[in-house]
Amino acid sequence: MADLTCRFAGITSPNPFWLASAPPTNSGAQVHRAFEAGWGGAVWKTIGAPVLNVSNRYGAWHHGSQRMLGINNIELISDRPLADNLREIAEVKRAWPNRAVIVSAMVESTPEAWHEIVRQIEDTGADGIELNYGCPHGMNERGMGSAVGQVPEYCEQITRWVKNVAKIPVIVKLTPNITNIIGPARAALAGGADAISLINTINSITAVDLESFDISPSIGGKGGHGGYAGPAVKPIALNMLASVAGDELISKSGIPVSGMGGISVWQDAAEFVLLGATSVQVCTAAMHYGFRIIDDLCDGLSNWMDARGIADLNDIRGKSLPRLSSFQDLDLSFRAVARIDADKCIQCNLCYAACNDAAHQCIDLVNSAGKVIQPGYSERESGKRLATEDRPKPVVREDDCVGCRLCHNVCPVEGCIDMVEVPSGRQSITWAKLSAEKPELTNDWDAMKRYRDAMGIHIH
Amino acid sequence: MKSDAVTSAPLGELLTPFSDHEATLEANRCLYCYDAPCIHACPTHIDIPTFIKRIADKNLLGSAKTILESNLLGATCSRVCPVQELCEGACVLGSDHPPIQIGRLQRYAMDAIRGRETQTVSIGDETGKSIAIVGAGPAGLSCAGELRKLGHAVTLLERRAVGGGLSTYGIIQLREPIDIAIGEAAFIERLGVKFEYGVELGHDKSLAELRRDFDAVYIGVGLGQSPDLHIPGEEWIFDGLRLIEQSKMEAAPMKLGQRVVVIGAGNTAIDCATIAKRLGATDVTIIYRRTIDEMTAYPHEYEFAKAEGIRFEFLAQPSAVITDEQGVTGLTCQRMHLGPDDSSGRPSSIPVPDETFVVEADQIIKAIGQVRHPLASLLGLGIENGYITVDENFETTLAGVYAGGDCIRATGAASTVMAVQDGKLAARSIHQAIMGGPS
Ligand SMILES: Cc1cc2nc3c(=O)[nH]c(=O)nc-3n(C[C@H](O)[C@H](O)[C@H](O)COP(=O)(O)OP(=O)(O)OC[C@H]3O[C@@H](n4cnc5c(N)ncnc54)[C@H](O)[C@@H]3O)c2cc1C
Ligand SMILES: Cc1cc2nc3c(=O)[nH]c(=O)nc-3n(C[C@H](O)[C@H](O)[C@H](O)COP(=O)(O)O)c2cc1C
Ligand code: SF4
Ligand code: SF4
Ligand code: SF4
Repeated sequence: MADLTCRFAGITSPNPFWLASAPPTNSGAQVHRAFEAGWGGAVWKTIGAPVLNVSNRYGAWHHGSQRMLGINNIELISDRPLADNLREIAEVKRAWPNRAVIVSAMVESTPEAWHEIVRQIEDTGADGIELNYGCPHGMNERGMGSAVGQVPEYCEQITRWVKNVAKIPVIVKLTPNITNIIGPARAALAGGADAISLINTINSITAVDLESFDISPSIGGKGGHGGYAGPAVKPIALNMLASVAGDELISKSGIPVSGMGGISVWQDAAEFVLLGATSVQVCTAAMHYGFRIIDDLCDGLSNWMDARGIADLNDIRGKSLPRLSSFQDLDLSFRAVARIDADKCIQCNLCYAACNDAAHQCIDLVNSAGKVIQPGYSERESGKRLATEDRPKPVVREDDCVGCRLCHNVCPVEGCIDMVEVPSGRQSITWAKLSAEKPELTNDWDAMKRYRDAMGIHIH
Repeated sequence: MKSDAVTSAPLGELLTPFSDHEATLEANRCLYCYDAPCIHACPTHIDIPTFIKRIADKNLLGSAKTILESNLLGATCSRVCPVQELCEGACVLGSDHPPIQIGRLQRYAMDAIRGRETQTVSIGDETGKSIAIVGAGPAGLSCAGELRKLGHAVTLLERRAVGGGLSTYGIIQLREPIDIAIGEAAFIERLGVKFEYGVELGHDKSLAELRRDFDAVYIGVGLGQSPDLHIPGEEWIFDGLRLIEQSKMEAAPMKLGQRVVVIGAGNTAIDCATIAKRLGATDVTIIYRRTIDEMTAYPHEYEFAKAEGIRFEFLAQPSAVITDEQGVTGLTCQRMHLGPDDSSGRPSSIPVPDETFVVEADQIIKAIGQVRHPLASLLGLGIENGYITVDENFETTLAGVYAGGDCIRATGAASTVMAVQDGKLAARSIHQAIMGGPS
């Protein structure tokens, strides 16, 4: 069995799965049950300045029959009295010495306020502090949360205030609501952060009510932009994680990154680790299905590791980062084409419509006699037999296929359309190299045409 | 003892309507195939992926519009179509999943706009042309509605007092409640079609009059009564079509026997047997002279009948009704075996010499199809094998007289949806002919 033990900036947990700072970690009783279920750690729901919440604070984005592909919230930090939170944190930590108990905090931007909260947190015996620079609603209007995370100077300043007094590890949690995530990440590093976590939630409006024209969900006729999380944000989170973990300064510093944003199955977690995460945090999936999902997360991850002979997650951490490339360094001579497995194909023709209307018109519908058939039907014929017996199958004209991968993405049958590498007959070349050798190609279509003709590149 | 207090409940619609939740879940399962096989399989070629997507989108008026564009009798078809042999049988999911329940989704959309159907249809400018339609069954209603959409003045003559044809008086309530069929006729009327009930062609009106008064005539008179069996005691046998009609049209609860024999092996026989069973008969047996393989009933209907507890006696041909002073006590049958193929392409059934047996019964029902319409020859129309002859434009041998539906369906399974398609295609031909040139 693979060892899932996670060592993160001096904090150890039996597995890398921590509940993110959010409703599932709102109280001692909840975190207690989460640990019973097997969670490796929990980042307490952010504590700090006094707040009042509103009703209807969670919106969601559903698609088809899939509920809550994204959740949007305008919840503030913990609305429970600070003293209650602190007492329960202490109780939980005492009961669960081997789990990571990290406390998220957000207070007024003064050194005094931060020093006070750090002291109070350390008194609980917690393993670490997470500085919430991310909350994109409400708190930012009071100069906290993303109002800090969006200004690298503030990030650095507050991190330094905290680090000046903190004895336990300090994690800085970044907001994704920024053009370049490297700025605040480096600022946290400069301020002395022991670790970085990301992403917090993304600015969003989920819906408008078509009856009332209210922003949905409606809080007495009004609504606001909220923070977006859940499966829909995973690709954004992965990109930001890769930027941060792959950043020269950050990676040289050796500080770990806790990754989150849309993790709902073990595969997601493995991907976060491959892009440099040391621990991973989960919120929406636990809000959707409850604490029990931890079983599947751990089991899936360790089975995968066993099957691949991976003893320790450290062995694969960041392993995919070197595969990250800018466009100009990609091989322009790499060629892949779509290939359809006729036995798996159920003949929905979604690939045909996609290629025909949005790609390169290179899928034909071919009947059993090998004849290309145009879509359509005769008004006078009908019945199951007629419709199914010799329904033409989609076939890719590989010579015309540009390998865009659209059909592969739309096909509803797993493993039915593969992108297969085929020799292009051309030497490997990158745009960086080509444009350096032949600068005229960057601004002259005639030159480009001559080059394509010479290379045998035909795009219709 | 059979209770006399039989209500219509046992004969109520078999499939429950989809709830909003069920409909949305099912609609979202549809892949929205391109050039979808379900469209190919539907005789009226409803754009099924589009109407289903509109259910998922909660655009039910738009969904119904998509259905009605291809099939004005979408509400009836959603209930009575043999979907296993048509759209659902062709669904791409069917190979390894349950196919999309297209019929029930269609019913959901049609139910949602009941009474508002006309909102989905636009009527063309008045053309000044007029057409007479004979018969308010699916074939006639469809043709009338389509012609009205094109702006023609349409008059529909129906011998009975209500419209809908067999949808109203021939299709059991388990599949279609009567008010759906009648509501559909009312929709066609609201499109501006003039209905004249109680008018019988060949009796109250002659074809010559219609040809004189209208620019074109379309005949959708369906088929006739059940044929005779020509066996001793025939007068004791109850007509299955009448049985079904009474089960739908009569308010008073029906009284049937305890041990019922149904003669025939088509879908109508199964319908009759189902009614008998549901009205309280303890034994119901279907008697057929060939075997299960030659039965014209759909496989899913056969399975349904077995699940209802109906017994099948194959290779048996009725030869005489046995009675005593109380009435029917049984049916003598001749044992048969299969012989060489006959003209219908099915194995013939040949008597096994000297082998007869008796099936005890207190009620015998025949459900052996309908006779071809005697009207066709009376009207002087060309006929073939009893069916009205039409060309590819649905025109009969008399110029300007068209026909469609069961009365022309010499080959293939007669069904409501085929009749609807006939009406639609005939309407296009008529339009083209009377307007001169393509539509
Ligand atoms: C018992 C039974 C069950 C069936 N079940 C199904 C089923 O589940 N699914 C399915 O798809 N199909 C079913 N069918 C077949 C389907 O009902 C027919 O194919 C369909 O109704 C044919 O439509 P039509 O308009 O051609 O004829 P009909 O429905 O027969 O309508 C003909 C109309 O013309 C009228 N008419 C007749 N003569 C004259 C005249 N001289 N003047 C004026 N009016 C006249 C009649 O009163 C009637 O209203 C069933 C048929 C039967 C008998
Ligand atoms: C309802 C809700 C409340 C949240 N509250 C906080 C919070 O108080 N502090 C914080 O740092 N992050 C908060 N978050 C952000 C989560 O910790 C996490 O960063 C984000 O949800 C992404 O992870 P996920 O996709 O697994 O949900 C909240 C998220 C949600 C959905
Ligand atoms: S990869 Fe793109 S171009 Fe090639 S068949 Fe698929 S959709 Fe068409
Ligand atoms: S999308 Fe996939 S299943 Fe559908 S027709 Fe294309 S290859 Fe076949
Ligand atoms: S074949 Fe099935 S899945 Fe495809 S469009 Fe038709 S109903 Fe939907």
